[in-house]
Amino acid sequence: MKLGISTKKLFKLIYKTVSIGLLIFVVSLTSSCSKPSKLGIIIAGSTSVQPFAEALSEEYMKLNKDIEIDVQGGGSSAGVMSAQTNTADIGMSSRELNGDEKKMWYVEIARDGLAVIVNPANIIGNLTLEQARDIYSGKITNWSQLGGKKAEIHVITREEGSGTRSAFESLVMNKVEINPRAIVQDSNGTVRQLVGDDAAAIGYISLGLVDEKVKALELDGVGATRENVINGTYGLSRPFLFITSVPPTGKTKLFIDFVLSADGKKLLDAEGLVTFETGEIK
Amino acid sequence: MNLKREKLLQFGFFLIALTTLSALAVITIFIFIEGVPIINKVGLFNFIFGMKWAPSQGSYGIFPMIVGTISVTLGAALIGVPVALCCSIFLTEFAPKRVRTFVRPAIQLLAGIPSVVYGFWGLTFIVPAIRNYLGGPGLSVLAGSIILAIMILPTIISISEVSLLALPSLYKEGSFALGATHWQTIHKVLLPAAKSGIMASIILGIGRAIGETMAVIMVLGNSVALPRSILDPARTLTTNIGIEMGYASGDHQQALFATGIVLLVIIMLLNSIAQLIVRKR
Repeated sequence: MKLGISTKKLFKLIYKTVSIGLLIFVVSLTSSCSKPSKLGIIIAGSTSVQPFAEALSEEYMKLNKDIEIDVQGGGSSAGVMSAQTNTADIGMSSRELNGDEKKMWYVEIARDGLAVIVNPANIIGNLTLEQARDIYSGKITNWSQLGGKKAEIHVITREEGSGTRSAFESLVMNKVEINPRAIVQDSNGTVRQLVGDDAAAIGYISLGLVDEKVKALELDGVGATRENVINGTYGLSRPFLFITSVPPTGKTKLFIDFVLSADGKKLLDAEGLVTFETGEIK
Repeated sequence: MNLKREKLLQFGFFLIALTTLSALAVITIFIFIEGVPIINKVGLFNFIFGMKWAPSQGSYGIFPMIVGTISVTLGAALIGVPVALCCSIFLTEFAPKRVRTFVRPAIQLLAGIPSVVYGFWGLTFIVPAIRNYLGGPGLSVLAGSIILAIMILPTIISISEVSLLALPSLYKEGSFALGATHWQTIHKVLLPAAKSGIMASIILGIGRAIGETMAVIMVLGNSVALPRSILDPARTLTTNIGIEMGYASGDHQQALFATGIVLLVIIMLLNSIAQLIVRKR
């Protein structure tokens, strides 16, 4: 008899849980359907530009409640392609456009510098581009070969697929393969942390993220500074481009105007990118 | 009336149990659908025994990671198993009741620490210690082994403790009656009698070590070459997925799923071996 009662209770409990679950499900369905339809902008492309585009669109959506911006990854080439085929309103690229691609409308929203960093205790302050390449390919393995202390170089690189890695590969490695023995880390932050802890380490990170824990090396005698990126003497930088198939109009133009405005620049500067005085519209 | 309700309830529980199973099935099927095409494309032999992993160049060889997985896990077992066994013997044979009531929950707490915390701790204490005292970059097979050894302790201790406790007290009494010392009893009677349970606990611990990702990503260095010594960085199968999934697409993504297949097969094998050993008893 007692068993019957407890079964009944259990039955009720299950019934309740299921019905509450259903209720929540139905409510969430209807609420998502009843959202007022918004004007949408789709941005797609380079995963290096993606976080900055996300920050910009978040800010923009705060100011303009009727706009919904969707930022997607896929890589620079996919970004160029999606602008070409109009599958996205704006394509993002972190490499220069070449050939026919230049016929499209594009604007450089900022530049990203790449700094080769070592521990502040390291006496070496300057490398040639070739030396940097030899370190990463495994040809140079000891700091003494470069005039430093006798210590094995601990090479730190980024994971396959990372935008920073592919930028480093194209700007420094020149088709030479990065030594598979190199330590792999999956963010700028961990690379900086490790180089800051290890006197024999070398790594590369976004210029904007260099701080006092690490030392940015001069390359071919040119310091890794914002000024040198802007005046073009420091070679390790890449453009962040917004691309559209035809000169932008309407909502897309309004968003790009915001990106190039003082507010947009301030945001990009704060995120560590290098922006120019005037947005160079090409 | 009551009978009908019983039947209905039974069916309800059956359905709920089925969702667990179907989750397993769905995940397995999905991993295979995503991963098998790339294995076919590269060839199973080239995939498993290939020495080079460079997805941007179309090379998908996971042998360095298999070696990495094996060496880190073996290291963890070498460090962790003796400690865990001694601990479980101490808990069952020597510890006074008061100590036991304190130590047992403490060990179970060890299992509750999130793996990212283990990794962070390893990165800030173990890695610099290895770098300063033993050399190398610090991020190494050894660092990974130490962290994993600590992480598998609770699994091995609790299961082997249970299997030691489950032995009939007759064994011990008989051994004492024959004039054996306490240590002789443990060494010659209790441990052999609990062998299958202890073996199962070790295998389950190893399974846990192989599956661990987060802590290992942080202390292992993740380089894609065969480690030459325990002070070299290495990459395991799990960290390969964890570190590269962020940006992977196309073939690269499929190759990560294929890595998952290999991992799944290894862990399934280990678990079935553990099951077999336990059932044999």
